[in-house]
Amino acid sequence: MSFEVSKSDGVTLIEVEGQLIVGNRQELKQQVLEQLEDGDRKFVIDFAETGYIDSSGLGVLVSLSKKIREQGGELRLSSLNEDLRTLFELTKLDTLFRIADDKEQALEGF
Amino acid sequence: MIPLNDPLDRDLVLEIPTDIQSIEGAVDYVMSHCISCVEQARRLNLNFRVGLTEALSNAMLYGNGRDPSKNVVVEVGVHEGALRAKIRDQGVGFDPDTVPDPTLPENLARPCGRGLFLMRELLDEVSYNEQGNEVTLVLRLDSAVTLEGGAQA
Repeated sequence: MSFEVSKSDGVTLIEVEGQLIVGNRQELKQQVLEQLEDGDRKFVIDFAETGYIDSSGLGVLVSLSKKIREQGGELRLSSLNEDLRTLFELTKLDTLFRIADDKEQALEGF
Repeated sequence: MIPLNDPLDRDLVLEIPTDIQSIEGAVDYVMSHCISCVEQARRLNLNFRVGLTEALSNAMLYGNGRDPSKNVVVEVGVHEGALRAKIRDQGVGFDPDTVPDPTLPENLARPCGRGLFLMRELLDEVSYNEQGNEVTLVLRLDSAVTLEGGAQA
């Protein structure tokens, strides 16, 4: 997994490429926590190039969302493929996150 | 290897040291041997992949406690029209019935506890041995298939 970080109108966009799983989840977590410490509060994580997120990856997203909310911010997700949407629906995490069809929609009005 | 008590085509057996970095490669390797299941592409690539990944992850993280001196054994085969995987760790085992439902409102924001739930949701059967250190995953197939290079079910 790799990811690209960019900023647009006060929103930090993290585009993930590859699977977000137990073996690499800490890299993403560390990246977001560093941005949060630097004062960023609005985050979009885009999964357009992600085929799979395991339960550990889901857990990291839950954990990050909580930490960001505690700092008065928000984490949005975007571009989940059909399989990822299925995983979010099964675990009911689709009720916990604001999930956009694509990054443009996620950034809109953020 | 510990002898199995029930029939399973043992055409693929892996013994993997506990290293969470190795999970992705191990799953990819198993999946590459299941290409004959192409008619079941989504059930294979989503349901079976997720189940196997979660089982390996649980075995290494909780079963073997991340101890690199301990191994996880994976046995995969096709039997009676079903793809079956047994994942066994060297831990003391656990009681799967004690794992709370992660979709309950009070558990939704917990960062862990979704692995077993996903296995149960996505596989046709998930069962543990009495000790609780070996899980069997079953994905039923519509028609008889073979593992790549393996025996026909």
